[in-house]
Amino acid sequence: METLSSLADGFAIALTWQNLLLALLGCFLGTIMGALPGLGPSNGVAILIPLAFTLGLGATPSLILLTSVYYGAMYGGRISSILLNIPGDEPAMMTCLDGYPMAKNGMAGQALSLSGIASFVGAFFATWGLIFLAPQLVKIALLFGPAEYFALFALAFMTLGGVSSTNQAKSAFAAALGLGLAMIGVDTQTGVPRFTFGEVHLYDGLDFLVAIVGLFALSEVFIFLEHRHGEADGSKSRLNIGRLTPTLSMLKETTPTMARSTVLGFVAGVLPGAGASLGSFISYSFEKRLVDKKKTFGKGDPRGVAAPEAGNNAAAGGALVPMLALGVPGSGTTAVLLAVLLSLNITPGPLLFSQNPDVVWGLIAALFIANFMLLAMNIPMVGLFTRLLMVPPRILMPIVAMVSFVGIYGISGSSFDLLVMIGFGVMGWVLRKLDVPLVPIILGTLLGNSMENNLRRAITIDNGNWFTLIDSPLSIVLWAIAIIGFLLPVFFGRKVKSRMHERGDEEGSITD
Amino acid sequence: MIFNATRVTLAAAILGLSAMAAPAQDFTPENPECIAPANPGGGWDFTCRQVGKSLQDQGLIDKTMQVVNLAGGGGGVAFAEVVNKRGDDNDLIVAASSATATRLAQGAYPGNTTDQVRWLASIGADYGVIAVAADSDVDTLPALLDMIKADPTSVSVAGGSAVGGWDHLKVLIAANAYGIEDVRQVKYIAFDGGGEAVTQLLAGSVQAFTGDLSEAKGFVDSGDIKVIAVLAPERLDGEFAEFPTAREQGVDALGANWRGFYAPGGMSDAAYDSWVSKIGDLYASDEWKAVMEVNGLAPLDLQGADFQAFVMDSVSQIQQISREIGIIK
Repeated sequence: METLSSLADGFAIALTWQNLLLALLGCFLGTIMGALPGLGPSNGVAILIPLAFTLGLGATPSLILLTSVYYGAMYGGRISSILLNIPGDEPAMMTCLDGYPMAKNGMAGQALSLSGIASFVGAFFATWGLIFLAPQLVKIALLFGPAEYFALFALAFMTLGGVSSTNQAKSAFAAALGLGLAMIGVDTQTGVPRFTFGEVHLYDGLDFLVAIVGLFALSEVFIFLEHRHGEADGSKSRLNIGRLTPTLSMLKETTPTMARSTVLGFVAGVLPGAGASLGSFISYSFEKRLVDKKKTFGKGDPRGVAAPEAGNNAAAGGALVPMLALGVPGSGTTAVLLAVLLSLNITPGPLLFSQNPDVVWGLIAALFIANFMLLAMNIPMVGLFTRLLMVPPRILMPIVAMVSFVGIYGISGSSFDLLVMIGFGVMGWVLRKLDVPLVPIILGTLLGNSMENNLRRAITIDNGNWFTLIDSPLSIVLWAIAIIGFLLPVFFGRKVKSRMHERGDEEGSITD
Repeated sequence: MIFNATRVTLAAAILGLSAMAAPAQDFTPENPECIAPANPGGGWDFTCRQVGKSLQDQGLIDKTMQVVNLAGGGGGVAFAEVVNKRGDDNDLIVAASSATATRLAQGAYPGNTTDQVRWLASIGADYGVIAVAADSDVDTLPALLDMIKADPTSVSVAGGSAVGGWDHLKVLIAANAYGIEDVRQVKYIAFDGGGEAVTQLLAGSVQAFTGDLSEAKGFVDSGDIKVIAVLAPERLDGEFAEFPTAREQGVDALGANWRGFYAPGGMSDAAYDSWVSKIGDLYASDEWKAVMEVNGLAPLDLQGADFQAFVMDSVSQIQQISREIGIIK
């Protein structure tokens, strides 16, 4: 009951004109970002961070805008998957498998609206899950000492490579690079500067927002500059959208699929590191194994569209649970959101719920509102978004570049940060050419310091005894999950990976 | 046109002359500016904005104080900017605190020293506290320090600043005052901010907490922790009066996280005196007492030469302790 009254307070915060407009704007921009191939939720949020700061928004409005973008991008990804067979973002990859065949059969409209409904179901119930699970997690958060936090961070990194990555070694390399970048700056345990070369700007370490915008947004611009004529331009043969509402029998057939996928996706989202790609992947393969009796999956089965969409949107909600309750992001995009929270001077974690209840519950209420807005936007207005897919990158990319520069300068007022951002942009471009995923770098940069500090705290508290790391049941469980999460894909992932890989495109290096 | 331009220049020159002549008697900042060496929202930002607003409210300055956030290097970016580029700016003041003095003392602003700027005045202090969990067996500061004396590995003290930072030094000052010779034995665990440190105190990972009164207050109100010592010269007023000082428990340790300002090293004496008296007037006002109460600031009334001496003293004290624990050589 306490939860429900907090939620009611949250609605009171979220239901102002400003916040509603921001949610609407976020949903709209998010859907576009999601739909445009290459721009996934991580980039979408990263690109709009500067906007939120430039507008001078407070903590709650900024978060409402950015999480609306996040949810919107999860919705939008399916549009290009279904219409163009190019996933708008990586979590939407599995939607291609049955969505595009459906579109080829003249059922594009039905596929779009069905996947919209599946997205809604997944996100809606995952938000309820968030409401009930996050406060519970906060209650046991006091079980998390430095050793347990270290295990949790390790879990995030070890499951990160997981099924979604094309090459686990490259993920590991990216994570190590991120951890290395995190070492720059004054070491908070001893006050000794590391890798600063006497440059006072580096004493505080690299600003992750600068890194994020450089890696995701600017590298996007560089990729475009390289290709010049966006290859997506030519490939658009007009598809017949067809009937826009799914038939009742189709809904009835897919309801159990949505229910199962929502649960699976939510669980996948809650596990740190894994995120939405895993959610959609698990949901699809589980459904396929369970209900694909007539071997219709992959040939335009509506259930094959509903499962991954419910799964990835549920995972998006699930990923917010550990981020809000423990300060450990459940996916790449929530890592970006975590960086935003930190720069707004809000520390996620157990104290967030008692110290900033307005932020938490306002945010959760905004998620519900955004979800209904998105449903409304994505069924009747789907035609508009399909047309927006045709916006030529030569108009889009200069806007991205402008927003990045103005925004970052607006945040820090430092030209040094602009240079760092360009450096990261070039680095992002090179790494994408090498097919190295970018999200582990961000996770590494973001979590590296906390991970290191917690390790050192744990060891210092126990007077140099390393076994303190596996000294509690909770940390043993976390280590076990981490090891399983790391080894499973190594042994069973090959088949899966080749499957996902053949659907992948050159943007596959941006994983969520 | 030429004639006009000449006239304008002449007029400007005369105006300029009179403007330059005036401050010799009574300096008034034309475009008062305050640099907050951190992002909006922190303590330094608060110092600039609150003082700027109060100065204007009370008519001590005519124009709105412009607040510039110049974050980076724990204040080092701003310090270097003031020393290198704005060395003779009479309109500029910069927010500072114990953290500034600590970093200067430990040479954490590369190439910069305390005497490169002029220290103006303090506006209050946040006294250090040492606390334990509410259900802890320890009730007094000597009891905690005895435990450390007997077996240093048995007590972990958590604080929100880095090793060698102000929260750490406070414990060491207390330990030193109690006669613990080798303060390096004291086990200090650095967390990211006081909130996280208190969380770990409640979780039982650590046994004691060192921090500022203002950050501990919320947790005392919620009944989670008990304050066993305030590092103030005498008991504080109001609701803080229940906390015992370290001094009355026989541990002669003081630790104030002061807040105040410095000005560029080349600021004219007239401007310096004027700023000192403005901030002094502000400090003496009833309005400022109210601001201090709301924000948990305790009295620390030092201006001009007194403040300069206070900062120099605390820098040399910090240097001495930092040398003992091996942070600096």
